[in-house]
Amino acid sequence: MTDYLIRNARPYGGEPTDLLLRDGIIAEMHPSVPEEGDEGARLEGHSVRSSGTEDGDVETIDADGLVVLPGLVDLHTHLREPGREDAETVDTGTSAAALGGFTAVHAMANTNPVADTAGVVEQVWRLGREAGHCDVYPVGAVTIGLEGKKLAELGAMADSAARVRVFSDDGKCVSDAVLMRRALEYVKAFDGVIAQHAQEPRLTEDAQMNEGELSGRLGLRGWPAVAEEAIIARDCLLAAHVGSRLHICHVSTAGSVEIIRWAKSKGWNVTAEVTPHHLLLTDELAGTYDPIYKVNPPLRSATDVEAVRAGLADGTIDIVATDHAPHPHEDKDCEWAAAAFGMLGLETALSVVQHAMVDTGLLDWADVAQRMSTAPAAIGRVGDHGRPVAVGEPANIVLYDPGATRVVEASETASLSRNNPYAGRELPGRVVATFLRGKATVLDGKLA
Amino acid sequence: MKKHLLSAADLTRDDAELVLRTAEELRSLADRPIKKLPALRGRTVVNLFFEDSTRTRISFEAAAKRLSADVINFSAKGSSLSKGESLKDTALTLEAMGADAIVIRHGASGAPHRLANTGWTRSSVINAGDGTHEHPTQALLDAFTMWRHLGGAGKNGGGLDGRRIALVGDVLHSRVARSNALLLRTLGAEVTLVAPPTLLPVGVEGWDVATSYDLDSVLPKADAVMMLRVQAERMNAAFFPTVREYSRRYGLDSRRMGLLQDHTIVMHPGPMVRGMEITADVADSKRSVIVEQVTNGVAVRMAVLYLLLGGSEPAGAADDRHDHHDSAPATDGASQ
Repeated sequence: MTDYLIRNARPYGGEPTDLLLRDGIIAEMHPSVPEEGDEGARLEGHSVRSSGTEDGDVETIDADGLVVLPGLVDLHTHLREPGREDAETVDTGTSAAALGGFTAVHAMANTNPVADTAGVVEQVWRLGREAGHCDVYPVGAVTIGLEGKKLAELGAMADSAARVRVFSDDGKCVSDAVLMRRALEYVKAFDGVIAQHAQEPRLTEDAQMNEGELSGRLGLRGWPAVAEEAIIARDCLLAAHVGSRLHICHVSTAGSVEIIRWAKSKGWNVTAEVTPHHLLLTDELAGTYDPIYKVNPPLRSATDVEAVRAGLADGTIDIVATDHAPHPHEDKDCEWAAAAFGMLGLETALSVVQHAMVDTGLLDWADVAQRMSTAPAAIGRVGDHGRPVAVGEPANIVLYDPGATRVVEASETASLSRNNPYAGRELPGRVVATFLRGKATVLDGKLA
Repeated sequence: MKKHLLSAADLTRDDAELVLRTAEELRSLADRPIKKLPALRGRTVVNLFFEDSTRTRISFEAAAKRLSADVINFSAKGSSLSKGESLKDTALTLEAMGADAIVIRHGASGAPHRLANTGWTRSSVINAGDGTHEHPTQALLDAFTMWRHLGGAGKNGGGLDGRRIALVGDVLHSRVARSNALLLRTLGAEVTLVAPPTLLPVGVEGWDVATSYDLDSVLPKADAVMMLRVQAERMNAAFFPTVREYSRRYGLDSRRMGLLQDHTIVMHPGPMVRGMEITADVADSKRSVIVEQVTNGVAVRMAVLYLLLGGSEPAGAADDRHDHHDSAPATDGASQ
């Protein structure tokens, strides 16, 4: 196995440091010493140099100016396999994840068949291992077929080889209060968490976009903030009542942030995520009627964007999760109401977070590591990920160039889908390399 | 004018007045034995209707034919629309056939925008009603009807400055209300939307119109009252308790008609639900201009087609001068 000597990289944006990755761990870390006449093949300004040693190959990576973060962990990814291999496969989705700096993703359960049995979650888990781009942790469905009627065999999924700890009917809300209460209680037996897609179904029948002045003008059925907030409030109270862990998926409104802030102030065990797109994009984009901007929950107002940014900054919202949702071209190349909900996110997540949170001074890189690696790994009970960049820790790291800029090109992706809402936008930053247990999954911005 | 007519907001005041003046010229055709002009000879207009709407389709069809355009009626209702693919494929087909204008009626708000802005077709796109969004030619024919009865400000105006218009009923789901609110404001009218709170859109306070829950207080000041249809599917969705209660509070009956000023006209975009939002005696009264709206619809759609396809000057006056027109300076230009 190749060892990697990473020179002049900045852990969490700090002082230049040399890191040696060997045997799957960070074997050594030393402050960098300036070196004259550094040679080697220059790749995009960062050289990779190979040399043989008695133990095997060592590749040297000149990481001058690059930030080192622990490998990112996504708590909310749609890999579409099994069932919609035309949109994404475990292989292509995890390739996109690695290119985005992720070393672990949680694959949502709304596949076909639904990941509501040990058999399906083990299949997804095994496909992830075979692909080898990043670790795949399947999310189990809360209810059979996501139908919101009967609990799926949560224990069987927890005990399976996939070791499921996160359960979600994402895409649909567990709207039945009794079922939600039971699910929250039941998963305590194996330290699970219910990740709720908070969407009151009756308030959002045929809903198309954020309810506000614009939805009224555009004649698109409104999706009121209260439909999200009412469920979050109810579930926080339920989680407190039964003493369980609750995670709120894709928080999108200012009111939701306020409710979660209140729940946390009570000491309740509630965590929450926000997507990159809800940190950056607003409902004004629906005015184009271009379904590339159609997503669930919908893009909200600028006030909401500000609130979720503030919530992420002060820790009310624990993590960023992508809700990477690939869809084939024809499901977006149509009129708004007929189009599918969802947008890609894995390959742009870190750039969007830099743009919305770091470049604005709301977070530093240590905060980003907390919110995109440490905390999501903790919520998902993923032991090997989200570890600090420190000697002896698993070599799951990402090298990121915050000084780069790029104009996002929809076709430049490992995903099978192209529903990228940032296409044509300039975003900062570039993932230069990703390492999974010391093995490069991405080098020089390309799949290794 | 812009290439497409997707929203009443696409029309500047000059544009809107030009359409109304042109329609006035063209309307006189209806009174002549040969109702046809050669203006769009050789041009192809496609009526692409994904929803049933016989009255709108035949209105556009008559308008195009009176301008000598070739008309193709394409009814796509009932096909596999849930996937939405058919809009694109249909557009590509029409593009290949060389349509100059596509008149589209579609159940999805924004479908005409997609047709105009995706590169699927190079045709001019005219929105003939999209979902709960807009129906700009209906607004134009309504404004035209108001303008003929209530008069414009100044000799050259096509405007409705200071006229008070009440739009009554299911504003929330009404594309007619949206387009009318926009266009009537553009033309200088004062608009009041009257509806139960459940049938006013969220954010209506940003529409630059007044709103009221109380029809009786609005009627005495109105110069025109337009009743909006309440569709059957709203009746069981808790927007109001019962049809009877709706009629009592928001229906236009003969008692309420008595509150109107002498000159006030009563309008309805059709199709009416008699006995629900309007009683038969009101609909058939002398104040009612509902049938005239239909006639005016053809003239206004002729004007829109002509202005989008044929040029920016009014048609109709080239061979025939009409003594009644005094409103359109461009007419003189066109006649020389």
